[in-house]
Amino acid sequence: MNPSLTANPPVATPFFFYGLAAVMIIGGILVITRKNAVHSALALITALLAQAGLYLMLYAPFVAGVQIILYAGGIMVLFLFVIMLISIERQQKERQFNKQWLVGIAAAATLGGLFIAVYTTTKGGILFPPVGRESYVEAGNTQEIASLLFDVHKGMYMFAFEIASLLLLVAIIGAVVMAKKRI
Amino acid sequence: MMEISTLHYLVLGAALFLLGVIGVLTRRNVVIVLMSIELILNAVNLNLVAFSRYWQGLHGPSALHGQVFAIFIITDAAAEAAVGLGILIAFFRNKETVNVDEVNLLKW
Amino acid sequence: MHDFVQYIESYLRSNQTPGAAGNVFWATVYVLLVFVGLSVAVIAMNWLERKILAHMQVRLGPMRVGPHGLLQPIADALKLLLKEDIIPAGADKIVFWIAPFIVVLAAFTVFVVVPFGPTHAITDMNIGILFMLGVSSLSVLGIVTAGWASNSHYPLIGALRSSAQMVSYEVAMGLAVVSAILMTSLNAANTGTLSMIGIVEAQKQQEVWFLFKFFPLGIVAFTIFAIAMVAETNRAPFDLPEAESELTAGFHTEYSGFRWSLFFLAEYSAMIAVSSIAVTLWMGGWLRPFPNLLQGPTWDLAFSFFPGLTFLLLGGMCFYNTVRMPKHPLFKIQTIGLAGFGAILGFIGLLMFLPPIRDRVGDIFWFSAKVAGFMYLYIWYRGTFPRYRFDQLMKVGWKVLLPTGLALLILTALVGMRTELLAQVREVFR
Repeated sequence: MNPSLTANPPVATPFFFYGLAAVMIIGGILVITRKNAVHSALALITALLAQAGLYLMLYAPFVAGVQIILYAGGIMVLFLFVIMLISIERQQKERQFNKQWLVGIAAAATLGGLFIAVYTTTKGGILFPPVGRESYVEAGNTQEIASLLFDVHKGMYMFAFEIASLLLLVAIIGAVVMAKKRI
Repeated sequence: MMEISTLHYLVLGAALFLLGVIGVLTRRNVVIVLMSIELILNAVNLNLVAFSRYWQGLHGPSALHGQVFAIFIITDAAAEAAVGLGILIAFFRNKETVNVDEVNLLKW
Repeated sequence: MHDFVQYIESYLRSNQTPGAAGNVFWATVYVLLVFVGLSVAVIAMNWLERKILAHMQVRLGPMRVGPHGLLQPIADALKLLLKEDIIPAGADKIVFWIAPFIVVLAAFTVFVVVPFGPTHAITDMNIGILFMLGVSSLSVLGIVTAGWASNSHYPLIGALRSSAQMVSYEVAMGLAVVSAILMTSLNAANTGTLSMIGIVEAQKQQEVWFLFKFFPLGIVAFTIFAIAMVAETNRAPFDLPEAESELTAGFHTEYSGFRWSLFFLAEYSAMIAVSSIAVTLWMGGWLRPFPNLLQGPTWDLAFSFFPGLTFLLLGGMCFYNTVRMPKHPLFKIQTIGLAGFGAILGFIGLLMFLPPIRDRVGDIFWFSAKVAGFMYLYIWYRGTFPRYRFDQLMKVGWKVLLPTGLALLILTALVGMRTELLAQVREVFR
C-alpha cells in the first residue's frame, strides 16, 4: 500500500506551480481591490485553496489538510458570517481606499525593493534542494509531524502545543465576551 | 521553464506578503484589512513550508520543523481572526460603521 | 492493439491505486467511473426515496411515469432542465452563479479518496480522512453564499441557520472520527494512520470491525457519527433550514431549474460521502461479514455468491411485479418494460456468477451494500422522526454530542493504552 521511498517523481510540476501561483496572485489582488466584502472573501477562499495545492506540491499533505479544514472551512466561514451580519448597503457607495493610500503604496514599494535586493544577491544555486537526498514520498508525513509534536524522545514541540491550546481557550473566551450585548 | 526551486516559492510568498501589506495600509473596510492580514500570514506559511522542504532535503525525511511551525501559525490565525471579528462586532454595535478611519474616539 | 490490451491487463493486475502508481490515464478512468456511478446512485436515490417514503406512509408513490414509477427520475430531470432560469432582482449575479458550483465541487471532490476496495480508490492520500472532513466542510461556504446572494430574507435566515448547524455538528463528527483513528494505532508498530485504505487494513489486521471494538465504545462513537452525519447533510430530522413548511425551502428558495438540481445532486452526494466515511471507519469498508469467524475457501466461495444472488433477487422481484401488473391493453408497454428491466438485472446477476468477475466484484459489492444500508436509514429517518426545532438542534449538537464525544475519546485512549498504563501504575506502587 505504501510506495517505496524512490517512488515516481511528480508530473508537470512547472505547469501546476505557475497555475496555482497565478490563482493565488489574482486572488490576492481581488481581495485588496474589491468594493464588495463578500467578493473579497470568495477571492480569499480561492487563494487559500490554491495555497493548499501548493502545500501538496511541497510534500506537506498534513499542512494542506489543516489549511483546508481550518482556514478555508473555518476562518472564512467566520468571516462570511460577520460580513453578512454587519453588511450595510451604504458601505458599497463610500470611498474604499483611505486618505493615506499613496503613502501606503510607497511603503509597500520600499518593502518590495528590499525583497528584490535580498533575493537577487544570494547565489541562485544555494536555494535549490540538494538532489539525490530528497524523498518523493508523502506516506509518512502525518506520522513524522506527530512524532515531532508528541514523541517522548524526538518531540520538541509539546510545550508549544499546550500553549497553543491555551491560546485557543483565551480566544474562545475573548470572542464570547466581546460579542455579548451586556457583560 | 526551469525547474521549480525553493526560490520560486519564496518569491511567490514575498509577492503575497506585499499584496497583504498594501491591503492593510490602504483599505478602509476593517473586514478587508483583517483578510489582508490573513494573506500576510499565508505568505509567511508558504515561506516556512518551502524552507521545510529544503531542510528535509538536507537532513532527512523527518526534519519537518517548518511544517509544524506552519500548523501553529494557522492555529494562531484562527484565534486572532475570532477575537478580531469579535472586537469588530462590538465596535459596530456602538458606532454603526466598519471604516478604519472612523475609529477615532481617542483622538485628541 | 495488442500493446494496448497488454497495457490494460498489466494495470488490472497491479496492486496499487492509480494515484500511487502515478498513472494519469487510469486515474482519469477511475474518476469518470466514480462520477457516473455517483450520478446513477443519485438518480436511484431519488426514486427510492419517493417510493420508500410512500410505502412507509401507506401509499404508493409515483406509479404512472414508468412501470412502478421507475422513469420518474428521468421525468424530473427533464423538467428541471427545461424550467425557466430565474435570477431574483438585486441578486449578485456572479455569487448567485458560483454558489451551486461550490457545493457540487465540495460534494464530488470528496470521492477522490473513498476506498471501494484495497486498490480501488482514485488515490490513497496519507491524510485521507482529514481530506474528506475538510472538503465536506467547504460546502458550508457554498450554502452561506447561496443564501446571501439570493437577496431575500428566507434564504438568508435559512443559510445562516443551516451553516451554523453544519459547523456545530462537524465538531462532534471530528471527535467521533478521532476516536476511531485512535483504534487504528493498536498494532505492533504503535502507529496509526489517517489513510482510508489504511483504516480498513487496520480493521482487517485487528480482526474486528471498529464498530464492535472495546464494546461499547465503538458503538457509541458510531452512534455519535451517525447522528452528526444526518445533521451535517441537513436531512430529517435536522432539516429545519430547508423544510418546506418552515422556511419555504431555505437557502435554495430562489434557485430554480438546473441550479436547484445542482444543490439536490450535491446533497445526495454528500449523504453518500459521509455514509462512506461511516462505513470505512466503523463497518469494515469492503470486508465481507465475518472474515475470521467463518474463514476458509468454502466460506469465501459462499460469500462471493452474494452479488449475483442480490441481482437475481432484484430481477425476481421485477418479474413478480410484472406478473401482478393490471392486464389491460394500456399497460402493455409498462409490463414489457418492467419485464425487460427484470431481464437486465437477472442477466447482470448471472454475469456475476462467472469466476473472473466474481473474484473482483466482491469488495465493491460489500462496500456499496453497506452504503446502501445507510441510505435506507436516511430515508427511514425522514419518514419516522419529527423535525427538531432549531434551538433543540443546537442544544443536541453542543450539549449532548460534544461532551459525549470528548468522554468517548478519553475513554478510548485509556482503554487502548491499558497495558502501558497498568505497567506504569505497578511501577509506581512497587
